Amino acid sequence: MTGQPSPRRLRVHILRYNPAEPDKQARIQTYEVDEADGMTLFILLTELREKQDPSLQFDFVCRAGVCGSCGMVVNGRPGLACRTLTAELPADITLAPLPTFELIGDLSVNTGKWMREMSERLETWVHQRQQEVDLRRHEEKMDPDLADEVYELDRCIECGCCVAACGTAHMRTGFVGAVGLNKVARFSLDPRDERSDADMYELVGNDDGVFGCMSLLACNDLCPKELPLQTQIAYLRRRMAKQGAG
Amino acid sequence: MKVIYSDVLVIGGGLAGLRVAIGARRRGFDPLVLSLVPPKRSHSVAAQGGMQASLGNVIKGEGDNEDVHFEDTVRGSDWGADQAVVRMFVNTAPKAVRELAAWGVPWSRVRRGDREVIINGQKVTLTEKDDAHGLIAQRDFGGTKKWRTCYASDGTGHAMLFAMGDQAIAEGIPVLERTEALSLIHDGRRCHGAVVRDLITGELAACVARATVIATGGAGRLYRVTTNAVINEGIGHALALETGVAALGNMEAVQFHPTGIFPAGILVTEGCRGDGGLLRDAEGHRFMPDYEPEKKELASRDVVSRRMEEHIRKGHGVQSRFGEHLWLDITLLGRAHIERNLREVKDICRYFLGIDPADKWIPVRPAQHYTMGGVRTDHTGQNPSLAGLFAAGESACWDMHGFNRLGGNSVAETVVAGMIVGEFVADYCEGAELEVSTKLVQEFVDRERAYLASLCNGGKEDASALRIRMQDIMTSKVGIFRDGGDLASAVDELAELYRRSRGIGVGSHAPGANPELVTAYRTQKMLRLALTVACGAKTRTESRGAHFRMDFPQRNDQEWLKRTLATWPDPSADFPTLSYEPLDIMKMELPPGWRGYGARNQIDHPDTAVREQQVKDVRERLAAEGRFAIQEALMPYEHLLPEAIRGRNERLGEKLP
Repeated sequence: MTGQPSPRRLRVHILRYNPAEPDKQARIQTYEVDEADGMTLFILLTELREKQDPSLQFDFVCRAGVCGSCGMVVNGRPGLACRTLTAELPADITLAPLPTFELIGDLSVNTGKWMREMSERLETWVHQRQQEVDLRRHEEKMDPDLADEVYELDRCIECGCCVAACGTAHMRTGFVGAVGLNKVARFSLDPRDERSDADMYELVGNDDGVFGCMSLLACNDLCPKELPLQTQIAYLRRRMAKQGAG
Repeated sequence: MKVIYSDVLVIGGGLAGLRVAIGARRRGFDPLVLSLVPPKRSHSVAAQGGMQASLGNVIKGEGDNEDVHFEDTVRGSDWGADQAVVRMFVNTAPKAVRELAAWGVPWSRVRRGDREVIINGQKVTLTEKDDAHGLIAQRDFGGTKKWRTCYASDGTGHAMLFAMGDQAIAEGIPVLERTEALSLIHDGRRCHGAVVRDLITGELAACVARATVIATGGAGRLYRVTTNAVINEGIGHALALETGVAALGNMEAVQFHPTGIFPAGILVTEGCRGDGGLLRDAEGHRFMPDYEPEKKELASRDVVSRRMEEHIRKGHGVQSRFGEHLWLDITLLGRAHIERNLREVKDICRYFLGIDPADKWIPVRPAQHYTMGGVRTDHTGQNPSLAGLFAAGESACWDMHGFNRLGGNSVAETVVAGMIVGEFVADYCEGAELEVSTKLVQEFVDRERAYLASLCNGGKEDASALRIRMQDIMTSKVGIFRDGGDLASAVDELAELYRRSRGIGVGSHAPGANPELVTAYRTQKMLRLALTVACGAKTRTESRGAHFRMDFPQRNDQEWLKRTLATWPDPSADFPTLSYEPLDIMKMELPPGWRGYGARNQIDHPDTAVREQQVKDVRERLAAEGRFAIQEALMPYEHLLPEAIRGRNERLGEKLP
């Protein structure tokens, strides 16, 4: 009778820091865990907290790759921890919080606050002159292909990986990031939003907006939803440059 | 003591809570939303397949209207629903879809002309009408007579929540992100807000408001295997229960979704089967037609989940090292369809299973999915015992789903309830000033502070261990198939865990959020709720909807056509107090009968035949006057709706004047 092959012993190195205890130095703490079949970083970190270290801070919500809560730096690359299988990683796994966001503690960062500020600044909602819609009547028609195209850009989950990976965002704290530029592209494409290119230029026609992008495009490489960020940023820059040139 | 004032305190930042807040704002009141997480990360985001609303734009939705949606929902509920609430819901759902369309949701749209679809395993060509081109499209879902589920690919919840979240930002609605309610402040008659804890700093504060709304979603994490997000721990339900005054309704009504991926329990949408996907067993045999010849894979969720477990028990499950499962086959839909309409499913299969569902079958098994029970309210969303306490969405029991919710009726309920309850909350605020003594507020804050301190006082019980044991008991003994023996032992074991939870101790005293403390203070709340579910299930000696008793397999309208109400008046008691609220057949528009799928062996109530005859007479007498006149005569409901959202709904075949 053949037994199960013994599981890999994972060494998980986690950057620990609690801003509520400013006297304690930030440090790397190492934990050892036996790998299990189908283990994700969600399963691993939950097990660590349940069995080894209840003080460990991290964020998971949907654990299915759709809510954007669990962005962290996994062996140097920002990504969604919940859908990262340990089988795809070496036995040494280093986890750090996403940079550029306010640190809450350990692997937990305040992406929510950043995203709300970005949404308020770029007014990421449909702007319509006519406010009241008669809800008893048919909805406005929309071309089915256009609806699909809007949906494609609407799939952003605001996880913050594109910001954490962005050269400009590291240098300019006010930069709206690929997430912000993609939103502008999304609402520009949407016929229900009556804002013109001139209106959008007011929002992103500067170095904190589309002209701040240095085209390093880690955002495009790392976006967990594989949004076409490269294309959207290039397209938006051309339109905004045209708008700026008048 | 830090006190934060608002008109309307909304606990929960998902679709229901945000829509209530927007409603209150538009009526001139100041809402404040509390959310455990940034609102766009709420569990609403995980809804994939869509939202039911009887627009009837697609050819397979032709003839759909509020009446058909009403009957599907009541049959789905196994007659447990409040039919007046269902009527309010089905009339408002089309308005909710259209409102969201105006707010930017990229609903998938109808394309005129021919298209190929899979129905019952066969390729079929449908021809969509010219005048429907560009209107919102519908897909098929379980338990429905018409294609009624509006969708944005299979990221419907995401698209809805982002539009709603951005709309709330546009309206300037403040959200306290990463803030948790610990208890409701009340004087036994009226609710005045909540004691809250900041999940970044650990600080306590009191949020005082004229009206308080619980919109905290479901309680899936009472179970080990669930599709729910990790934040769906039922804390909102527990807050109401712990007032000792407010009741929870039908907590034993727990839905299991047929297609959780195995073993992780992550959901793949009902849209897979709605779009033509099949369930297969270890031999590759499509088994659902053997059990449910009428609706096959598209019977209601409770029925399909039971049939799947039954088939596994007969030895047809696929063996794996984690246990047994079945297959969901969507390969027949073709790659193009999957990549356009089921892309989240494709992502989930790729990342969590390492397979491409266009080529390979998906391993699935039913997993806990939805909490039909909730904070008991009337049709306005207000709790009948505690004035100023409202609830909306999954955390509420107003009671739209009875003992089984139809797929696509959940996100629909969130936004519809948000629209309706938002108006009623504003009505309430117009007549209710803020009247609360600071002494009372201080007492509640002090009590919570003392409880948190007691947890750090050397107790020996490990909250995580208690919780894991609770989840295992719930999954193994209060699951899809229930019986008296298992339920009695579940109640005993849960009560023992509950007693032990009084000795929970926290090792870490770190300032800040302190996740260990969070686990500790939530665990006792969850155990109270788990006991409420288990006691309700043990006492209900019949089978109805998702509550299936092997020892009482019949639906028993004679004795059990009533709603379970659970309160916890004595905090030192080990069990909830159960009472029952009868449903009146003589007021029903659709008297109890066979659902059209599932078992056909109910015990009738004597009123059923009388009411059936009355309904038949009305239908005959008013046949010439049309469906609206008949409905009005059978069960008038329009006066129950807020005036702002009354009125008929336009359809291609039903023009408005």
